[in-house]
Amino acid sequence: MNKIFETPLYPYTHHPDQDATPPARRKVVIVGAGPVGLATAIDLARKGVEAVVVDENDKVSFGSRAICFAKRPLEILDRLGCGQPMVDKGVQWNVGKVFFDERKVFEFNLLPEEGHRRPAFINLQQYYFEEFLVERARELEAEGTPIELRGGNKVMEVTQHDDHVTLRIDTPDGPYNLEADWLIACDGAASPLRAMMGLDFVGRVFEDNFLIADVVMEADFPTERWFWFDPPFNRGQSALLHKQPDGVWRIDLQLGWDIDKEEEKKPENVIPRLKEMLGDEVEFELEWVSIYTFQCRRMERFRHGRVIFAGDSAHQVSPFGARGANSGIQDADNLGWKLRLVIEGIAPEALLDSYDTERVQAADENILNSSRSTDFITPKSEISRVFRDAVLDLAEHHDFARPLVNSGRLSVPCVHDGSPLSGADSLPDGPARTRPGAPCPDAPLGDGFLLDHLGDRFVLLTLGAVAPDALSESGVVARRVALDPDAGALAALRDRYLGDAPAAVYLIRPDQHVAARWPAYDEAETRAAIRRAIGLE
Amino acid sequence: MPLNLAPNLSDADDVYADLLAAHEGLSKEQSDALNARLVLILANHIGDRSVLRDALDAARDPGNADV
Repeated sequence: MNKIFETPLYPYTHHPDQDATPPARRKVVIVGAGPVGLATAIDLARKGVEAVVVDENDKVSFGSRAICFAKRPLEILDRLGCGQPMVDKGVQWNVGKVFFDERKVFEFNLLPEEGHRRPAFINLQQYYFEEFLVERARELEAEGTPIELRGGNKVMEVTQHDDHVTLRIDTPDGPYNLEADWLIACDGAASPLRAMMGLDFVGRVFEDNFLIADVVMEADFPTERWFWFDPPFNRGQSALLHKQPDGVWRIDLQLGWDIDKEEEKKPENVIPRLKEMLGDEVEFELEWVSIYTFQCRRMERFRHGRVIFAGDSAHQVSPFGARGANSGIQDADNLGWKLRLVIEGIAPEALLDSYDTERVQAADENILNSSRSTDFITPKSEISRVFRDAVLDLAEHHDFARPLVNSGRLSVPCVHDGSPLSGADSLPDGPARTRPGAPCPDAPLGDGFLLDHLGDRFVLLTLGAVAPDALSESGVVARRVALDPDAGALAALRDRYLGDAPAAVYLIRPDQHVAARWPAYDEAETRAAIRRAIGLE
Repeated sequence: MPLNLAPNLSDADDVYADLLAAHEGLSKEQSDALNARLVLILANHIGDRSVLRDALDAARDPGNADV
């Protein structure tokens, strides 16, 4: 076997920083080269901020792990410059089937809303996701962008100072000290940095074990998501079958609480289970097996002085609904532009507290959704199982019960209602989905898609309204993107951004969330909204 | 519409008898399943979360006059 996740992609090399006295100082050091660390580094480096990623390993994730990437993260990856290869490689699906006992109780078609460049989500192994990010980082590095990956660098100690952080890093050549103006901890759910700093990680542990297996098979199963409640091959438990690229299928089997994990992981125990599920005649090969338990928890705060936590290190959810990596990418997106403005001296440090406010809000939403899915899939009491089974029985015959079936709710971005960075909605009759705090929905523009025009700087989006081509305020330039909503076939744009309003002006943040909107351009209000969006008001 | 806790069934004895009849011959497990299905069907029919919340409060604590 020579799988991508067995190949060192950023092997250790000796760096001059290891011999520097006094220690070298870097702008931003990111701990962890997983999806969130890599995305954060790429985002910062593209914005001209020096980003050094350290990781004790030198390979991408072992096994598929995160496999569903939703539309919003794909849109973020487009801005980072690596959305297309992921979508090209990924598997798209729309049909899901739900089975209960031996019956198919219903099937659904996601029928995603039209007029978006990106699909509702793709299935892609985490190792490919990371590989594309590493490739993108290498590409940027070759272009002279300030990004660097240091494999074989394990953080042993962290010390906070008023204006920087000192790291003690172990390497194959021995330890060295490295200073960082800012440290971003993307070191996963077990975050060693969080432990070194003695910070808590509170929440709920679900008393259940799941076996996840990646199997390679040439089966004629359709490209659909199949979910079983209480199937004959896994009595009293649940099961999931999902397709990934390269003929790899993800199989999740709920095992219950009182099991011997090491025993259950052995191929001689896994293979008979899978044969029972897939049928004796199906030929398959095991690529990866793991057993995990669910936890839903988060740190109380994600920012601790000059150390900022992002992704699983800050919050952990159960896998149902694919809210782990997807929310981590959104953490990175929320943090990148704020940190750049702070580092460049344009915004006050307090802007970073809005990262905390907004992403804690998102984490709570994700934890709520994933806890509810878990409660449905693995009922915790007799009566919750009675209700769960009643929903499934009814769903077979009545439409009304189908929305109650919860085998995971699709990851959607958080609307940052009440964010300190946005004020009241000055276009209250406008569509609710584009109110202040909301992520901008995509829309076709004839020659492409709206989000491509928004980029990753402040934008003044005008729809049938006049405004200057650019407005400079407090060191930030908001560039105008002018659209004529009456031109051509822009029904989706009108529907998503105007509703019944004849015209509108939107101030859009670099992470493509709406900061403010008005029925017409007003210079004083726009200036105030920019100041507020960078933490000055 | 607020939760109606005033008498609202003109044929109360018949309704009560229907309830019992529906459970006739069922095991405890089957009866529990029927009740759960019934709750879900009625909840959907009511279709108003605030009324359901009041109903849940009233069911959980019948002596509470604040409901």
